[in-house]
Amino acid sequence: MTTFSELRLDGVRRRFGGKDALAGLSLTIRRGEFIALLGPSGCGKSTALNCLAGLLPLTEGSIWQDGDRLDTLPPERRGFGMVFQSYALFPHLSVRKNISFGLQMRRLPRDEVRRRTDEAIKLVRLEEHARKLPGQLSGGQQQRVAIARAVVLEPSLVLMDEPLSNLDAKLRLEMRTEIRRLHQSLGLTTVYVTHDQEEALSLADRLVVLRDGRVEQIGTPEELHNRPANRHVADFMGYRNLVPMRVKAVHGDTVALDGSGLTLEGTPVGPVAAGDEVVAGIRPEDLRAGPHGVPVTVEVVEYQGRELAVEARTEEGVALFLRAAERPAPGDRITVTAAPSRVLVFGAGTR
Amino acid sequence: MTRAALRHRLAERGIDRQLLLLAPALACVLALFVYPFAYGIGLSFQPAEGGVLGAYRTFFTDAYQRDTIATTLGLALPAAILNVAASVPIAYRMRGRFRGKRLLTTVLVVPITLGTVLTAEGLLNYLGPTGWFNRTLISVGLTDAPVRLTNNYWGVFFSLVITGFPFAFLLILSYLSGIDPTLDRAAATLGAPWWQRFRRITLPLLAPGLATTFCLTFVLAFSVFPSAVLVGDPAGETRVISIAAYHAAYEVYDYPLGSAIAVIMGLVELAVVAVVLGLRSLLYTGSTGGKG
Amino acid sequence: MTATLEKPAAAVETRRKRIVASPGAWLVWGAVAFFFVNLAGVIGSVVVNSFGERWFDTWLPSGWTTQWYASAWNEFGLFPILVVTLEVALLVVAISVLVGVPASYVLARRSFPGRRLVYLLFLLPILMPPITYGIPLATVLYKYGLAGHLAGVVLANLVPSIPFVILTMTPFIEQIDPAVERAARMCGARTWQVFLRILSPLLVPGILAASILVLVRTVGMFELTFLTAGPDSQTLVVALYYSMSAAGIRAQQSVDAMAVMYTASMLVLLVVALRFVNPTQLVARVKEDPD
Repeated sequence: MTTFSELRLDGVRRRFGGKDALAGLSLTIRRGEFIALLGPSGCGKSTALNCLAGLLPLTEGSIWQDGDRLDTLPPERRGFGMVFQSYALFPHLSVRKNISFGLQMRRLPRDEVRRRTDEAIKLVRLEEHARKLPGQLSGGQQQRVAIARAVVLEPSLVLMDEPLSNLDAKLRLEMRTEIRRLHQSLGLTTVYVTHDQEEALSLADRLVVLRDGRVEQIGTPEELHNRPANRHVADFMGYRNLVPMRVKAVHGDTVALDGSGLTLEGTPVGPVAAGDEVVAGIRPEDLRAGPHGVPVTVEVVEYQGRELAVEARTEEGVALFLRAAERPAPGDRITVTAAPSRVLVFGAGTR
Repeated sequence: MTRAALRHRLAERGIDRQLLLLAPALACVLALFVYPFAYGIGLSFQPAEGGVLGAYRTFFTDAYQRDTIATTLGLALPAAILNVAASVPIAYRMRGRFRGKRLLTTVLVVPITLGTVLTAEGLLNYLGPTGWFNRTLISVGLTDAPVRLTNNYWGVFFSLVITGFPFAFLLILSYLSGIDPTLDRAAATLGAPWWQRFRRITLPLLAPGLATTFCLTFVLAFSVFPSAVLVGDPAGETRVISIAAYHAAYEVYDYPLGSAIAVIMGLVELAVVAVVLGLRSLLYTGSTGGKG
Repeated sequence: MTATLEKPAAAVETRRKRIVASPGAWLVWGAVAFFFVNLAGVIGSVVVNSFGERWFDTWLPSGWTTQWYASAWNEFGLFPILVVTLEVALLVVAISVLVGVPASYVLARRSFPGRRLVYLLFLLPILMPPITYGIPLATVLYKYGLAGHLAGVVLANLVPSIPFVILTMTPFIEQIDPAVERAARMCGARTWQVFLRILSPLLVPGILAASILVLVRTVGMFELTFLTAGPDSQTLVVALYYSMSAAGIRAQQSVDAMAVMYTASMLVLLVVALRFVNPTQLVARVKEDPD
C-alpha cells in the first residue's frame, strides 16, 4: 500500500489543561526503522504515539509524510496500524472477523479480503483459533490477533503502545522475538512505546528517551547504553549507582573524584572542572568486589544465578549496588573498585 | 484568535461537537422537568389571594393541611427504617451462595413490580375483617374479634413494607456482595468472632450503601399515594401530603396551592435525603475491595 | 484458579454457619418465611376472589367461576386499555432509548465542564417523588393542550424514563474498553462505521436490559399517568385505580379479575426481564455517582 521514505515530526506539542504532556518532539523516522519511545509513565510517550496516530489533536507542530501534511487527517485516513496495550480486540467478532475488519472498511474485493486474512492468520499461527471469539483466547494469542489485525492492512507505519506489558515474563520474551521477526520479514516501519529499557534496547534501531514531555536523548541502543547524555537517561539505562561526588582534579580524559565515602576515577560526560559538584554513574555490574579499592560494609546479598547482587554501604552511609563472584556475609567489610572508563561523570549541565 | 484556534482551545477543555449528543436528553429534562418545576414554583407564588406567600400561608396556617407533613413522615420514616433494618441481618445471612438464592431474589422482585395499586387490592382482601389473616388469628385463638388492619394507618404501613422491603433487601444484598469476602476471612484469621467481624469490618463498609438504600426506600415511601387512598383513611389518619397536593390541584382546582404543596413536599423529602447523605459523607466511602 | 480457591472456603462457611448461628438463622429464615406467607396471602386472596362466586365470611368462596373475567373484559373495555398501555409503554421505551443512549455515551466517555451538574440534573427526576413534579408538569401540559391524550401520558412518563436509561447505560458503556473504538478507527472505520459495526452490537445487551426495565416501570407507573391521562388514554394501573376507588358500583370480584390480569401481564414482563437482568439490577435504579 502507501509507503514513504521518511516521516517527519516537527515540533509536535500537546497540552492538557495548561500543562505540556509533550513539549516539542522533533523526529525523523526512516522507512523500515524500528523506533522505541522510552520513558517512565507520564513522560509523554503515549501522548506522542496517539498524536502520531491521529487519536489526539496536536496543540502545535506538524507531522509530514514525505511532502504531505498528515496531522490534519483523521486517524482512519492516515493508513497506520496500531496495537493497543489492552489489545482492544472487538469482543463480539471472531478472530477472523477481527483481522478482516480493516480490509472490509477499505471495501476491498471479497477474494482479496479472504486471501489476505488467511495470510495474516497464518503469519501469527492462529489457524486453529480463527473461529473463536477473543474472550476464548489466552493473553499471548489475543496479542497475536491484535498484531495481525494491525499488519494485515500493510500499513505504512505500525504503532505499538506497550503491547507486551500485560503478558507474563516468559511470554513477553517470546513475543518480543516475534515482533522483531515480523518487523524484519514484512519490512515494516514501527514506532514502539515502552517503559521497559531492556525491551527497547533489544528491539529498536533507535531509541527516543522522554521525560516530562521532553526529549532527553535520541540514539542507537549502543549509544544510549554506553553514553547516556545525562543522569536521568543513565538512571533509566541501568546505572543504578548515582553517587553525588566532587571533582578533585582533571587529567586529560579522566577525572579524579571523591565524596560520599568513595574515591574513584571516571570519564566526564560534558565539560567539568576541578571543584565541581558532580554525579558519578556506575552500573552494578561495573562495580566489583576485589582486592583493592574503597572499603564498604555488606548489607544484603541476593543470589542471581551466575552472580551475587550485593547491597553495601560506604563509610558515609551511601548505598551502593554491586556484583560479586563469591558470597560475602552481611556485615563483612570488602573493597570495591570500578574501571575509570565505566564511571560516567555528569557535571552541572548534565545532571 | 482564529475560529480554528478557538475550537482547539475548547476541545482541549473537553468541549466539541460530540457533546451535542447530550442535547436531546438535556432538552427533554429541561422542558419536561426543570421548566414545569420552575413554572410550578412561580405559580405557587401567585395565589388568588393573600399576596406572594399566600399559598404557603394557607398551607401552614391550616392544621388539616400542615399535619400532612407529619402524617407522611410518620408513615415513611418508620417504614423505611424497618425495611432497611430488617434487610441487613437477612442479607448478611444470605450473602453467601446457596441453592435457591436466585429463586428467592426473583420472587422478591414480584411485589416491587406489582406496584401499590395491586398491593392495596390484595391487602384489602387479605387483611380485611373476613380476610385470611384475621380468620387465622381467630382460629388460633389470638383474638376474639377481627383486628382492624385496613382503612387505617396499618394498612398503608403494610403496603409500604410489602413493596419497600424487597427493594431494600435486594439493594443491600448487592452492596454486601460488593464487599470483598476475603476481608471477613482476614479478620477471622486475626481472631475476630463473627459479630466483631460484622460490627468492625462489614458494617462500616456497608454503611454508605445503607445510607443510599435508606434514601431510595424513603423516597419510595414518601411518595405514597394510591395505597394511602385505597387501604388507608384518606380523609383522616393517612391523609398524606401527596393527597393534599392532588386534592388542592385537581379537586379544588387551586393550582397555586397545589404547586405550593408539591414544592413543600419536594423540599421536605430533599431535606431528609440531604441529612442522610450528609451523614454518609462522614463515613468511609472508598473501594470496598470487591467487584462493583 | 479463583474457582478452585473459592469452593473450599464456601464449604467452610456453611459448616460454621450450621454450628454456631442456628438461633439467628432460625430467626432470619422465620422472618423471611413470614414475609412470604403474607405475600402469598395478599396475592392469593386476589386470585381466589377473582375466581370465586360468592365469598362471605368463609375460608374459601362457595363456588368457582370465570365469569368475572368476562365481565371485566366487557365492562371495563379492557382491550382498548391494554392497547393504550402497550402504546404508551413502547413509545416511552423507544424515545427514552433513542434520547438516553447518546447522552449516556457522552457521560461515560467524556469529561467536560459541568459534567457533574448534568449528572445531577439527570439524577433529580429519579430522586423526586413523581407527585411533586407530576402536578406542575400536568398543569403545564394542560396549558399547552397536551394532557388528556396519549401524547401527554408519554411525555410525562419520559421524565423518569430518560434519566433511568442514562443511569443504567452509563456504567454499561463505561465498562466497554474505549481502546476498542480507537482500534476501529485505526482500522480505517469512519465515525458512523464505528457506531454501527462496533458499538451497536456491544451495546445491544445493555439497551435490551434498559428497555425492559423502562417497560416494566412505565406499565407500573401510576402517579404520572394518573395525573395526565384523559378518559381515552388510561393505562391498566390507572383504570384499576379508578375501578377500585369507585367501589360499590362494580363487583369486587371483577375488579380482582382485572387486577389478576394486570399481575399476569406484569409477571410475563418480569420473567422476560429476568432472562436478561440480575434481580438486584432491577432494583438498583440509581447507580452510585461515578465520581
